[in-house]
Amino acid sequence: MTNQSITQKLANPTRFMSLSGAILPWLAGLAVAVIVFGLYRGWTAPPDYQQGETIRIMYIHVPAAWLAMLGYALVAISSFGLLVFRHPLADVSAKAAAPIGAAFTLLALVTGSLWGKPMWGTYWVWDARLTSVLMLFFLYLGLMALRSSIEEETLAAKLTAVLALVGVIILPFIKISVEGLSVPWLGLEIPAWNTLHQPSSVFRSDGPKIHASQLYPLLYCALGFTLLFFALHMKGMRNEILRRRVKALRIAEVDRARAAEAAAPAE
Amino acid sequence: MAMSPFFTLLRRDITLALREGGAIGTALGFYLIVIAMLPLGLGPDLNLLSRIAPGLLWIALLLSALLSLGRMFETDHEDGSLELLAIGGTPLELVAAAKALAHWLTTGIPLALLAPLLGILLNLDLSAYGVLVLTMLVGTPAISFLGAIGAALTLRARRGGLLLALLILPLYVPTLIYGIQAISGALLAGQSFWPSFLILAALSLGSLVLGPLAAAAALRIQLQ
Amino acid sequence: MDLGPHADFILASYAVYAVVLAALAAWLVYDGVHQQRLLDDLEARGATRRSRAGRAEKNTKP
Repeated sequence: MTNQSITQKLANPTRFMSLSGAILPWLAGLAVAVIVFGLYRGWTAPPDYQQGETIRIMYIHVPAAWLAMLGYALVAISSFGLLVFRHPLADVSAKAAAPIGAAFTLLALVTGSLWGKPMWGTYWVWDARLTSVLMLFFLYLGLMALRSSIEEETLAAKLTAVLALVGVIILPFIKISVEGLSVPWLGLEIPAWNTLHQPSSVFRSDGPKIHASQLYPLLYCALGFTLLFFALHMKGMRNEILRRRVKALRIAEVDRARAAEAAAPAE
Repeated sequence: MAMSPFFTLLRRDITLALREGGAIGTALGFYLIVIAMLPLGLGPDLNLLSRIAPGLLWIALLLSALLSLGRMFETDHEDGSLELLAIGGTPLELVAAAKALAHWLTTGIPLALLAPLLGILLNLDLSAYGVLVLTMLVGTPAISFLGAIGAALTLRARRGGLLLALLILPLYVPTLIYGIQAISGALLAGQSFWPSFLILAALSLGSLVLGPLAAAAALRIQLQ
Repeated sequence: MDLGPHADFILASYAVYAVVLAALAAWLVYDGVHQQRLLDDLEARGATRRSRAGRAEKNTKP
């Protein structure tokens, strides 16, 4: 039993609590430090020659869009862990990740809209990428709504996990149908539903198109907000474990009271 | 032999739907009312209406089909026959597939056939009628089969009906987009019909697999 | 620092960002304190870990 995998070791909620309790302050502190550093670098970089000062919004908009997707991936992986491996912490992780992912999705939409107003002239345009992020937001809402409308917790957990996996299968199709798809070496070209958005300028096969003076601050910000996401997620998981302990203790208390009551008349 | 419970179940569900008639009638009536209300909200400009008619017809069809989805497993769950089916050795995947297929045959097809009639109200171009019915017949299986997932997931949920719409509508986005793209591809010069139409067909075929698998998983969790 | 003609939009997006993330963090911290207090109360009343010890013994939870 010495060569347990890390996930096996973390499977014990008590061990997770002591480990995460030790890590969390450092993780949160590091996240804030990296964000502050990244934003400082971003704000001291020269303004964009096309977008001017509004490029500053990029340093928070792009990390939010990235974390919106990472959050859904985390929910999906946790759901898979629950349904297939029955990992005891998997549902705790899925439940904690959904609202945080939804918050970053909302932030991606709001900052995108506020960036769009000076660039496109209106707050909301039915731009392809903005639309697919909106659909992602709806998927998050569905997950949270389904969980909250089923009384029994284990049942809610498993059904939400099924929905999360269905969502992760359909999500690429939603993305492709809205944003289009181009695979030159296959000769495949699916047009976008409608697009005004600049194509992704960081993750490109021919290297990032963005200028280095903007790229590095952006990468620092993305790293910082990702660390913050995991710190928030860890805190959410800790709270959820505490909530389940409270619930278990309450049920045990009620059971004991009932047993005592049942035993009393017999004496 | 393995297929016979499937057909028995299919025949039973279709018979029930036809005998009651209420579900089909409600869906068709809802479709008619929504389409008739739209010009009242948008104004009677026939040019505008005919331009947006394919989209309106598709969206109203989605909503109408959604109305009867919630009933897919509900009655069988209430009277306990769903549990009997699960115990009886028929794979739940087949049960879900039979029920989704019955929903398509009794709701999807009638709605798709009603669409061109409603197209008259929206001044839809006459040359679009054939394409409209064809794309709807090819696209609506996805509505029933993906809808089966939502129906199974919300079986024991509070506020099931509204929740179902919230869970399922985002999953219909690809079908909606390619369904409308195929129609406009056939109508407008310089655009092609086949790529969008074939993607639409592929989405429906994919949903034939995904729908029963996921719906059966959801049912199994709740019947344990 | 001159933010050009669109300063309002830049400041608004940072403000929304800060408010949403601060609210999320504050709620998580509050929830943690709240749950910990509930747990401490229960344990002080004598529900101390016995249920969890019992659960491990019986091993009823799958």
